[in-house]
Amino acid sequence: MWKRIFAVFRARNLEFVRDRGSMAWNIILPVTLMLGLSFAFGNDRTQFTVGVLSADDLPEVANHPFLDTRYVEFVPIKDQQEGERKISRHQLDLLIDFGSPQRYWVNPESPSGYFVEIALLKTETENSTPFQKSPIGGDAVRYVDWVLPGILGMNMMFSSIFGVGYVVVRYRKNGFLKRLRATPLRAIEFVVAQVASRLMLIMVFTSFVFLGTQYFLDIRVDGSYLTLLVILSVGAVTLVSLGLLVAARVTSEELAGGLLNMVTWPMMMLSGVWFSLESAGEWVQKFASLFPLTHILDAARAVMLDGASLIDIAPQLLTLLLMSAFFLTLGAITFRWHPR
Amino acid sequence: MQIALEARNLVKQYPEVRAVDDVSFSVMEGTCFGLLGPNGAGKTTTVEMLEGVTPTSSGEIWYYGAPAGSRFREEAGIQFQHTALQDYITVKESLEMFRSLYDRKANLDEIIETCSLGELLERDNRKLSGGQRQRLLLAIALVNQPRLIFLDEPTTGLDPQARRNFWDLVKSIRAAGTTVILTTHYMEEAEILCDDIAIMESGKIIIQGSPGDLLQQHYKNVIIEIPIGEISGSLASIPHKVLETEGIIEIETNDVSEILRELAKLTSGLNQLKIRQPNLEDLFLDLTGHSLRA
Repeated sequence: MWKRIFAVFRARNLEFVRDRGSMAWNIILPVTLMLGLSFAFGNDRTQFTVGVLSADDLPEVANHPFLDTRYVEFVPIKDQQEGERKISRHQLDLLIDFGSPQRYWVNPESPSGYFVEIALLKTETENSTPFQKSPIGGDAVRYVDWVLPGILGMNMMFSSIFGVGYVVVRYRKNGFLKRLRATPLRAIEFVVAQVASRLMLIMVFTSFVFLGTQYFLDIRVDGSYLTLLVILSVGAVTLVSLGLLVAARVTSEELAGGLLNMVTWPMMMLSGVWFSLESAGEWVQKFASLFPLTHILDAARAVMLDGASLIDIAPQLLTLLLMSAFFLTLGAITFRWHPR
Repeated sequence: MQIALEARNLVKQYPEVRAVDDVSFSVMEGTCFGLLGPNGAGKTTTVEMLEGVTPTSSGEIWYYGAPAGSRFREEAGIQFQHTALQDYITVKESLEMFRSLYDRKANLDEIIETCSLGELLERDNRKLSGGQRQRLLLAIALVNQPRLIFLDEPTTGLDPQARRNFWDLVKSIRAAGTTVILTTHYMEEAEILCDDIAIMESGKIIIQGSPGDLLQQHYKNVIIEIPIGEISGSLASIPHKVLETEGIIEIETNDVSEILRELAKLTSGLNQLKIRQPNLEDLFLDLTGHSLRA
């Protein structure tokens, strides 16, 4: 069995590596995106963001004159720990609690925090209750640091789903799968070989892009590289399996293209590739949790930006493993070797 | 000699058509069996059911006295009518990849020698000519040292020289003791290569036997051919079976002298006249009323 899997695995690798155009695209696209984004978002923000600890919506402006400050965007924060985490990452310039006692959190290393703090203290009067200050340290998370997992994930997604899906449909359409069917090779062996081949190629290219961008853009990685490798590998298996499932029975490249787009575009828009879903509606977040890419990006960002360990990302890993098992099993059961 | 493969009452029913209708035959070990018929007769569907790549609607396939299963898959070699190979992969890599899929392995050097692929080993699959490609597909069908090999229209699209070269290859494979099942619509190919044939029409076998026996049973006469443009009068006076196909008059007779005398009256010269033995094409025409390539 393993000899047969290895034979198909090796042949698929050779086919991919010798297709120079496709191979180059797997590197050029993410690198170009990263360079473009680092250029476009390289400068710091000019608007200030202040989190307001609140169970529901923002308090009325009349409650405190600071809420009327110009050039400051006030956002409600329900969870204090979450707010503190954002302060440490410089994602919020200041976190404020108008409760009793009145408190605020600020990052002493944040230039924006410094100015917003001055603006806050200016609103204090002799009669008002003074604020208690809580400093929180931490380096800034640049947009490029935040978006890199998204771009790597997006590239993995397209490479996995289109790379495997289109190839399988092409093999089926041109009769190569039918020829394999006439050998002792079983469907599960073929599927495993395709997953293994694409996984290896994706990990090689993703590592190459990751190391390249880290070298040039000094990307932040607080957690372990091994943990990051684990989540990206498991994520790639899930995405490849999804591609195989989509292509399990399709015989037309046009239909395959439509189905693959239908699967990938919602993930690209709703899985948090380009922007965080934290401010999105609850139903959007629930819907996005159906996508493997959402879990891959959540876990990868947790490892890179928060230094999360394997235990911390266990829920995402487990979800991805379950999704992989489901996609692979269904893909192998419904797999069709040749058009009817 | 034992039966290598047996088809028992094979049926393939599609929603709107019965492609194969109760087909039965046996193939003896070490022989070449030909499945003949025009395009759409059901040959390829029948063979694909035998190969195990198309499920049967009903019927059974037996291989060396047992239902065809994993042993059959391991021991059968298959060359499909249309097979694409992977892009960017060389001839040698294709052979090695397919060989790795079997426990039973042939000597690759011998196959390369037999199929004259020595100079093509490093060539990309996409850059092979039609004849070279067919030789590679045959070589792939041989990588497991098959006891039984299926060749589905192997010479379709080849030029006459490449076709004859391919026939020599098939003869050498058969001489090594491999059972061959061949589908073709070239009657000449079947006559040269096959020990037994079955002719299919509309999903059914209409006749079965050795080419020599079938022709001997159906014909005692010879056929005289002359272009229709050479004839200037009516052929009504000729007391034999006369057919016109593609601008040629064919007269089936057991008295050549008489026909030549009659034709001499109707034409200024007999330089274009040919006398030949009936062949399988004639037999098919007589049995069905239309040409194999119609």
